[in-house]
Amino acid sequence: MTKLMEWLFGISVVLAAWVLVAFDPLDLSVPHTYREVAWPMPLYLLVSFGCYSLATVGYRVATFNDCQEAARELQGQIKAAKEDLRSKGLKMCN
Amino acid sequence: MSARKTSRSKPNNGDKYSVLLPTYNERENLPLIVWLLVKYFDESGYKYEIIVIDDGSPDGTLKVAEQLQKIYGEDKILLRPRASKLGLGTAYIHGMKHASGNFIFIMDADLSHHPKFIKEFIAKQKEGDYDLVSGTRYRGNGGVYGWDLRRKLISRGANFLTQVLLRPGASDLTGSFRLYKKKVLECLVERCVSKGYVFQMEMIVRARQLNYTVGEVPITFVDRVYGESKLGGNEIVSFVKGLLMLFVTT
Repeated sequence: MTKLMEWLFGISVVLAAWVLVAFDPLDLSVPHTYREVAWPMPLYLLVSFGCYSLATVGYRVATFNDCQEAARELQGQIKAAKEDLRSKGLKMCN
Repeated sequence: MSARKTSRSKPNNGDKYSVLLPTYNERENLPLIVWLLVKYFDESGYKYEIIVIDDGSPDGTLKVAEQLQKIYGEDKILLRPRASKLGLGTAYIHGMKHASGNFIFIMDADLSHHPKFIKEFIAKQKEGDYDLVSGTRYRGNGGVYGWDLRRKLISRGANFLTQVLLRPGASDLTGSFRLYKKKVLECLVERCVSKGYVFQMEMIVRARQLNYTVGEVPITFVDRVYGESKLGGNEIVSFVKGLLMLFVTT
């Protein structure tokens, strides 16, 4: 099953459950409180997911490691490399 | 008592690592990355070779590669040039044809990937006999130098979207610092059809599909090129297209 199919399947299941509980199309006498709670669920879940996404990406951007040390180390090694290579006979332009 | 030279280096268990370096206009960086690779591999004691796949660079990268070959030896530096810029997938295929290693490293030649992580990749691979080990900028001590807020935001946002849609089981899909078992790379590269960022993503997604095991190693990515080539709208659009393609077909 492709990811698209998995999503469509998952969404169908959730949608079916929602319709069943919120609108009671089969007249199963779903208690009124269940219907009230279920009805705004899709919107609620969407908004929650949106907030979760923003918070997660925001957190990850804020904690994205800034590798100053790595950059410094690289600069040092570049110098050493150039000297060593020059001494071994490499003709470099800078 | 005869003097014996004790080798403090490694298990000579027959493993050899071929490093594939596709290059385009890397006249200045190539000697540096080769120097670093030689340094860290020699320290590790593992057998290795560096395969430079130059796509007809107009700046004379191949000439520099030839000089490096004279310095380090033709058994360590192999040249597999091509006439023009033909893309990464075919570069890997071309490079692998003459690779004598049973493991393949792929990495960028512009010094954004640092060879010091090589021993960590190797250790990780041996730890779980992973089919592929991916360098990640998003976990552990991994990170990036040289990116502004906008770039970080795009990177994390794109990665989040990818995780949600593809649930790939790897934290960094667009990274290109990886260690593969040679057979695995050969198998995957044939199956992957995308270009650019998406190619690297597709490699991991297909690896998971084929039930290959994927390990991760945090790496630091030092971007010295970012100032010159900002991530533009075009690249973002083609990334999203590629992501959707993978979403629909895998």
